[in-house]
Amino acid sequence: MITDELRRDTVLGFLKEGKRLSGRAFDEYRPIVVEKDVITSAEGSARVRLGNTQALVGVKVDLSTPFRDKPDEGTLTVGASLLPLASPTFEPGPPDENAIELARVVDRGIRSAEAIDLKALKIDEERVWGIFADIYALDHDGNLIDASALATVAALDNLKMPKYVDEQVVRETAMTLPLREKPVTFTFAKIGDSILFDPDYAEEVAMEARFTVAVGDEYVYAMQKAGRGSFTRKEITDLIDAAFAKRKELLRYL
Amino acid sequence: MQLIFDGKRIDGRSLDELREVKMWAGILNKADGSGYIEWGKNKVIAAVYGPREVIPRHETDPYKAVVRARYLMAPFSSLEEHGRQGPNRRSIEISKVVREVFENVIIAESYPKTAIDIFIEILEGHGSTRCVGINAASLALVAAGIPLRDIPVAISAGKIDGVIAVDMIKEEDNFGQSDMAMAVAPNSGDVLLLQMDGKLTREEVARAFDLIYGAAKEAYAKQVAALKALYAPQKEEIEEAEREGERPEETFGRSEPSPPAPAPSEAEGAGGFGYA
Repeated sequence: MITDELRRDTVLGFLKEGKRLSGRAFDEYRPIVVEKDVITSAEGSARVRLGNTQALVGVKVDLSTPFRDKPDEGTLTVGASLLPLASPTFEPGPPDENAIELARVVDRGIRSAEAIDLKALKIDEERVWGIFADIYALDHDGNLIDASALATVAALDNLKMPKYVDEQVVRETAMTLPLREKPVTFTFAKIGDSILFDPDYAEEVAMEARFTVAVGDEYVYAMQKAGRGSFTRKEITDLIDAAFAKRKELLRYL
Repeated sequence: MQLIFDGKRIDGRSLDELREVKMWAGILNKADGSGYIEWGKNKVIAAVYGPREVIPRHETDPYKAVVRARYLMAPFSSLEEHGRQGPNRRSIEISKVVREVFENVIIAESYPKTAIDIFIEILEGHGSTRCVGINAASLALVAAGIPLRDIPVAISAGKIDGVIAVDMIKEEDNFGQSDMAMAVAPNSGDVLLLQMDGKLTREEVARAFDLIYGAAKEAYAKQVAALKALYAPQKEEIEEAEREGERPEETFGRSEPSPPAPAPSEAEGAGGFGYA
């Protein structure tokens, strides 16, 4: 959008004076709201507001077959839809590279952390539970990755697990599946020489490069650099440190 | 599956050792530039078309060339099952991050209103294919004469049996504890691509970076050698003409322009698919 491109100069102008358009500090996240169990038809769900950005995640648990090379494990599948209603820049259609990247990056953090005990999802020799998490971007004001990752972890925690009884799936059970680990995902935007935490939409349009890292208390679980810009090795190392430092702050919402 | 036996990996390498690599540039006739790499058991071919007309028209950028990249694995590229033909979610994501590597180094402002198309095909895959693909595409871009700020080099690293190693083969990627792919601009050391999954402490991340930067030097030298080999016949022709005191118009008007002779950067050709 032309107006977004024009705003790029404004963003850069502010940055030269050490300021963000919104008045936030460079390392400040927007206000976060996490609501769980918002979709009753789903086995797990959460809506996250990150400033004006909104992401909804619904999780379904269904009968499935295991992957050939992991016959004793259930499956986790993460999908993402950048709904046209979320942004004038999103068009209807199958997931494009941005939706695919979003889903795969969120998936990576959770899978690497082994947050879900996939072995606990085995039913019998042929059947396993498949967990299907779908990210629905509802409002895009920047940093859909962090909003979606937070919503996905929140939605996956304490899933209402169905039972398989007499060859039927029974959904009304009291069983829940708590997560073993809660990865937190942090995204940073590089604009000129400045690096900003939690970019809003105007900053994302202006940014040259983006770095996302998912961390636990001790481990880095996933990293993804995007954009045509670049980072120095030191910048990457410093951002990883920053993610660890900020983890407790975001963990409060989970 | 155990991956390290007595300090050696299952293919006999030590932790900081690259696989055997052979590179060729300019091996395709129709493409504006091309590269082919045999990296361990990987066989990867890359081609560049461009600068050329942008189709579809509405994707044209009036200020600079549009860079597009496509990474694909052939249905026969895996030891295991027959793959589907065509892109899947994984190859679409890889295509995106690969494109972003080249968007960084291509001086796109030189060719407004054009497209520079990069095609990477994994003919035989055995771990770290996106890295080999990037290295082959770098060859193709230089062979196509596209102006670049730097020649990207990509290397993988990971954690196997609890220790960090460089250049992961498929088994190490599948059964190891972490996998990382990184592309750098060799002259500045800037990170152009970085993806990682698994579990690494910060110290392990640093160790992986160390190994990657070290190996990148070695791979870059091979890229340069392959490109020099590509232009060796023309270089020879020009030097001979200079020795005989010919004027440039005499040299270049004299004979049919010869197609670049493909020559491997390594002396021993092992047969197989290669262009030896």
